[in-house]
Amino acid sequence: MSGWWARQRYLLDYASASLWRRKGRNLVLWAIFAALVFILGSVILFGSAIRREAALVLRDAPDVVAQAMRMGRHDMALASDIAKLKSVRGADRIEGRLWGYLYDTSTDANYTLQTPSAHAPDLALQKGEAIVGEGVARLRKLSEGKHLFLVSPAGRLLKAKVKKVLSPESALVSSDLVLVSAEDFRAFFELAPDQFTDIAMRVRNPSEVGTVSGKGALALPHYRFITRANMARTYEALFSWREGLLLAIATGAILAFAILAFDKASGLSAQERREIGILKAIGWETSDIIRMKLWEAGLISVSAFVAGMTLAYLHVFAMSAPLIETVLKGWSTLYPRFALTPHVDALQVTTLAFLTLLPYIAAVLAPIWRTASADPDRVMR
Amino acid sequence: MILHPPILALTLAALVSAGALVAASAFAVRLLGRWNLASGAQSQIDLEKRTYLVAVALRFAMAVEIAALVLFVFNADRMSAMFVGAMCAVGALNASVYGFPALFAKIALFFGASLWLAADIVDARGRDYPLTRWKYGLLIALAPLALAEAGLTIAYFLDLKADTLTSCCGKLFTSDRPTIASEMAGLDPRMALGMLYGGFGVVLAGAALARRSARARPLYGVVSLAFFAVALAAVVSAISLYVYEHPHHHCPFCLLKREYSYFGFLLYAPLFAGAALGASAGALGLVRTPASLAHAMPAILRRMVVLSALGFAGFVLVATWAIARSGLILTG
Amino acid sequence: MIELQGVSKIYRQGRSNEIAAVCDLDLTLQDNRVTVLKGPSGSGKTTVLTIIGCLARPTQGRVLLDGEILSGLPEKFLAEVRRRTFGFAFQRFNLIAGLTAFENIVLPAYPLAPRFDTLKARALELAETFGVAHRLDLNVDDLSGGEMQRVAVARALINDPRVVIADEPTANLDSERAAQFLDIVATLKARGKTVLMTSHDPRIWSANVVDRVVEMADGRIVEAA
Repeated sequence: MSGWWARQRYLLDYASASLWRRKGRNLVLWAIFAALVFILGSVILFGSAIRREAALVLRDAPDVVAQAMRMGRHDMALASDIAKLKSVRGADRIEGRLWGYLYDTSTDANYTLQTPSAHAPDLALQKGEAIVGEGVARLRKLSEGKHLFLVSPAGRLLKAKVKKVLSPESALVSSDLVLVSAEDFRAFFELAPDQFTDIAMRVRNPSEVGTVSGKGALALPHYRFITRANMARTYEALFSWREGLLLAIATGAILAFAILAFDKASGLSAQERREIGILKAIGWETSDIIRMKLWEAGLISVSAFVAGMTLAYLHVFAMSAPLIETVLKGWSTLYPRFALTPHVDALQVTTLAFLTLLPYIAAVLAPIWRTASADPDRVMR
Repeated sequence: MILHPPILALTLAALVSAGALVAASAFAVRLLGRWNLASGAQSQIDLEKRTYLVAVALRFAMAVEIAALVLFVFNADRMSAMFVGAMCAVGALNASVYGFPALFAKIALFFGASLWLAADIVDARGRDYPLTRWKYGLLIALAPLALAEAGLTIAYFLDLKADTLTSCCGKLFTSDRPTIASEMAGLDPRMALGMLYGGFGVVLAGAALARRSARARPLYGVVSLAFFAVALAAVVSAISLYVYEHPHHHCPFCLLKREYSYFGFLLYAPLFAGAALGASAGALGLVRTPASLAHAMPAILRRMVVLSALGFAGFVLVATWAIARSGLILTG
Repeated sequence: MIELQGVSKIYRQGRSNEIAAVCDLDLTLQDNRVTVLKGPSGSGKTTVLTIIGCLARPTQGRVLLDGEILSGLPEKFLAEVRRRTFGFAFQRFNLIAGLTAFENIVLPAYPLAPRFDTLKARALELAETFGVAHRLDLNVDDLSGGEMQRVAVARALINDPRVVIADEPTANLDSERAAQFLDIVATLKARGKTVLMTSHDPRIWSANVVDRVVEMADGRIVEAA
């Protein structure tokens, strides 16, 4: 094993020197490779960051949401309707939710005002208390114990003491969030005590969701029932279509790159051919040359991969992906404003490696072999 | 069809490795008809040159396949969020009839490719490449498997739909219907662990025997595969329970998740290595030792047997550690 | 001892332009002798060098090294024998441009992966012997013709081969350098090496250090002295 590694080190040494001697030629390939990784990496990182945000939204979403409808528009749900739903078998944890949006003129931003669920005791609030998202805290320069002042469109003032700032686990879920007590919420938006924004239901058995929402629709014909699976599919359809489109274009780019790599690896200079011949004549074997050439390919591709990946990371998470934003704009209709939470996992890196390193290595294998299997007696002829 | 980047990557990997194997087996057919090492003719020299390409391409394909196996399971786990009722890889694999067959084909191809690699390493030690015909015969046999694997993988991805209702691992490993999975899960944990440790005793005895006697090596290969099955049964029926600290969570896939700090990799890597080495040593033990390998081949096979036993020992050690540190008490 | 028995080498076999470079040749080389192959170009002498040096396999016939049959060995094993047994000095030196003299000298040892300090010591010793020790860090493109040749000889000896093979070693040298080369050959012989050369050069044929001159024409031996 140590002998094997010692041999690889010598071959690696030669390979890196050989790359360096032809740096101009290799740099072009390196730069193209890095650019390809950068673009693909941006798409994949962006796509999976969005997916992750959506998954976090969905994870906390109730199994079924019932929205009251009037003249085809979303209307307030009534406490009496919640009572009717409680008779539907299979549904448990039925609660009315209070949430709404508030445009804050002082910071020129949209906030989501919401009351905490009765089933989240760690978020429970008294009158006059609030929990704010990380984004709100930043804009308003808030921290625990300070006071938050909000003015409703009708001119009502809300003053609440900040109990907690939510951790930025997911920017989309919590960044613009302001949690207040139900009493404050109703007073602020002037809601009657029996009014709710909508109704959330949990269903114990996942395969019963369809049946339960069907029964619910019978009990409350003027309500619209949206299951979590409906939401997931809507997200998925939107993501897949756009990401798929980009990836289809990227496939073409990968193919073009593989052809370029194949061409570069096949078209050796006379000088390089002569070198291989010399190496073979002085005692190197075909497999030594193949290994050396694979080291070359490995050095180029892995370093370009790391560089491209790092740039893609900065592009997506530090700069919110300005270069691919136009193509992916559809997503921004779902989320008016956001900065993605930095998140990279092994699956994405492995995927990107498969999509870039694999075609490259596959494309250069045959040319490398052809180079390496030159007859050793050629230098003497 | 769900167009995720990992799905694209896995499809690409399946196509590349199946392509490599099919091209190599087409070459193998040509080689079997013409191979004559004693000849100095140009056609023979060209054949020999091309064996280098086959060797490097197959090593590449094998590396791709191993990585793809891991990515496949990981991706299935990640996709489970999209299927109603799925909570881990099992649900996502169950979302199509092709899911589990694709996984099994990948595992079978892994063992086949390991055997080929072992044969290639042994063969290269003999000055007359004595196993060449055997090795390329095997390659031709592996090509349909590689095609099936690629076909099943692609069929699986094409068949996936986001609204499929599937069942999670809790369903698969409960015993209301007599499936292999439920039988495995229904196995009494005490008995499964007894079989595991007893089986490990047999492995050690078999390895000691196969180290000394060439005739015992095929037997050791059989023992390796049997122990592989026993070990998987033990994972499903007992070890997973200890890891999850839950008396009814039988799932061999959730182990690979981040929640269990990727414990499954620590568990499966030595098990797969041990089984692949043991089975390959066993299969090569069936080949009559050629004169030019009289010294090298037994030495390599002995080393493979020892490494295989070490792999199994690693698995048993990791499993025992998981049981020992678990808060769950099943057997008193 | 190296024996060639009924060796033929046919290039481009089976095609219309096939060439029989060597036909049915028998030749025996004793250890620690200096042998020169002479003959016009195209007479097959370089082909004989490549076959003896395990750079190519004969189309027909047998090659034996100390009684061990080499013909019919696959390239992997031929390369092993080549590294262990033969050192090569080529007509145009065939140094790798862009590398230093030192790097060129140690290249044949890479596949053997010796300890680097041992390798370095050995390269220094050889460079010392052939008077290029002070030029080791220079790029080989900056060396003179004579220095290039001595670097090439040092490279041929880095794996301590028993047989040194040189193809037209004096073709690009003036008479002073050619005489120096013959001194090197004498050194090699004194160290117990077997030397095999091809040459057009009468200065070589007539040199004292040469034990035997074999004349070739049309792929056959026409006269052996």
